Amino acid sequence: MAEATADLECRGINKDFGTFRAVNDVSFAVPPGTFFSILGPSGCGKTTLLRMAAGFLEPTSGDLLIKGRSMLNVPPNKRPVSMVFQHLALFPMMDVAANIGFGLRRRGEPREDIARKVDAVLARVGLPDVGSRRIEQLSGGQKQRIAIARCMVLEPDVLLLDEPLGALDLKLREHMKVELKQLQSEFNTTFVYITHDQSEALVMSDQIAVMNHGVFEQVGGARELYYDPKTAFVAGFVGDSNRFSGTIESIRGGKLKARTPSGFAMTGTSAADGLSKGDSVDIFVRPEAVRLALSKPPVSKLANATAGTVDSILFNGANSRVLVRDEATKNEIDVAIPQTGEFAGLKRGDKVYIGWDADQTRCFAAGKS
Amino acid sequence: MTGDRSRLTMILLMAPLLIWLTALIFIPHAEMFLVSMREKVGVRQYEFGFANYATFFNEPLYWNTFVRTALMSVAATALTLVIGFPVAYYIAKMTRGRSKTILFLLCLIPFWVSELVRTYGWMILLRESGLFSGLLQYVGLASQPIEFLYNDAAIMVGLVYTSMLFMVVPLVTTLDSLDDSMIEAGYDLGGTGVSIWREIVIPHAMPGIVSGCIVVFMLSLGNYLTPILLGGKDSLWFTGLIYTQFITRFNWEQGAAFGFLLLALSSFIVWAGLKLSGQTLSRTMGR
Repeated sequence: MAEATADLECRGINKDFGTFRAVNDVSFAVPPGTFFSILGPSGCGKTTLLRMAAGFLEPTSGDLLIKGRSMLNVPPNKRPVSMVFQHLALFPMMDVAANIGFGLRRRGEPREDIARKVDAVLARVGLPDVGSRRIEQLSGGQKQRIAIARCMVLEPDVLLLDEPLGALDLKLREHMKVELKQLQSEFNTTFVYITHDQSEALVMSDQIAVMNHGVFEQVGGARELYYDPKTAFVAGFVGDSNRFSGTIESIRGGKLKARTPSGFAMTGTSAADGLSKGDSVDIFVRPEAVRLALSKPPVSKLANATAGTVDSILFNGANSRVLVRDEATKNEIDVAIPQTGEFAGLKRGDKVYIGWDADQTRCFAAGKS
Repeated sequence: MTGDRSRLTMILLMAPLLIWLTALIFIPHAEMFLVSMREKVGVRQYEFGFANYATFFNEPLYWNTFVRTALMSVAATALTLVIGFPVAYYIAKMTRGRSKTILFLLCLIPFWVSELVRTYGWMILLRESGLFSGLLQYVGLASQPIEFLYNDAAIMVGLVYTSMLFMVVPLVTTLDSLDDSMIEAGYDLGGTGVSIWREIVIPHAMPGIVSGCIVVFMLSLGNYLTPILLGGKDSLWFTGLIYTQFITRFNWEQGAAFGFLLLALSSFIVWAGLKLSGQTLSRTMGR
């Protein structure tokens, strides 16, 4: 993966704060034109990593390259990267055009060139007439676009984005997700985006790195992370999951049987190598992988079949869920309701049959995360 | 009923302010103004007229002192700003938590003692038989005692020292409100230290700069103790002239006229400063 032409490349990056290691031996390469997300909970080190790329922090060890050139000891104002800050950091003392022109003025470009470039980038972000407005006169979405325009006018090799959607309300955030992705493909620039919001990462990214406790747990496409998580942390963090614990009773090839504390024998697939009989495992099953039925036959052929009563219905349009109190595992299982009309009349206290396949039952060694 | 009650509450809450304004500001000034407009024509005989103001303009010493006081105050304000800004920036942006509190307190400590004691402290350092003079002689840079007191530089030192806190506090407040990411964004977009100060830090701090300057300027212009003690007989500070008229010469009419001229001067310079910096009084003081 580490091609020589990668826009941003990290080689064994470490960052210590005193005795605390915030970033631990992280290596990755971002190919040109990629929308690369770093997804992780707060405190996982993703902001530290981004600030090292921007130049506000120096790595304790390791190398950081942009377009193949080492950036160690290169100050932020000399790096070919730009950053969109969490709260955007637009300059309230200047109007929009002066904000966007700030970087160009620092490069000493002629006044008429600056004006032309500012107009061009404003047109590209779809706000052609706001140049003379003050920052506080802009809406949240407009500020977002101006912040991106202010960086893109400098034609950076890599644009770094530090959770810029965090401050927006839900509706605007959904809208800006699509818009950011469109802007990225329009500018065809490498975006490195950090977020703790998995849906932002899943919707927008070409590549996602899931980060936890300073290390990259897994790097891959959105589908890969969702359908084929390599660690328990990724399985739990990306998407929703029902989580069980159990002890392996038998294991052959990738298939295993694990017994839950309540005595239910779960048939599953081992997602990682090195599991053996007697190991404790965490078992993850996605809500949409659970088959829901009002009678027994449809689920009885599945590797794991059980029955339960409806505890509550979480109606959310197409994403409606039902919480089933399962008899076998004594767990509350989150099940997606198929939108076929069959379960439209489902109500609290109903008896239902549920089952899921062994392939959809992913087991990881317990204790991590 | 409730209307009357809330009206009464409001009057009671406003009462201290109104009493203060009327009794201590409005009435004395009105009285002073009337006094300043009295011409003495004989023993205990007065006429209404501008003679006291005319005296001011006809006597070069008076208006020379007036202009000198204004220029020195402006210089003291500028000097306080130049020294206070880095101090405030350091306190607001470079320090965190405890050390911030301690540094802030260090700025405050000189104000725990009276101005007289503070000024006397400077006299101990600067006088002919004082610490600096002795030190210079000790290290061999001077062969005889040097008098540092009783010149304009000594006055300037005293004024800047006395006003520093009133410059640092508003500056720290405005600089505190400057988001660190603004400065980082400036660097990220290719800015250098100088351009970030010029285009981001100083414009942001402008209301604090102006309000600090107004306070320091007024304090310097109206200061009596520091110029007289550190500047000696030749200090030629306008408040000294007012004092002389009132206390030494019992010429209240002339003193009142001088007082009003000083008020006009400070109002004019503050107005000019606001116009030059493009700020308004409500933006700078109303924070």
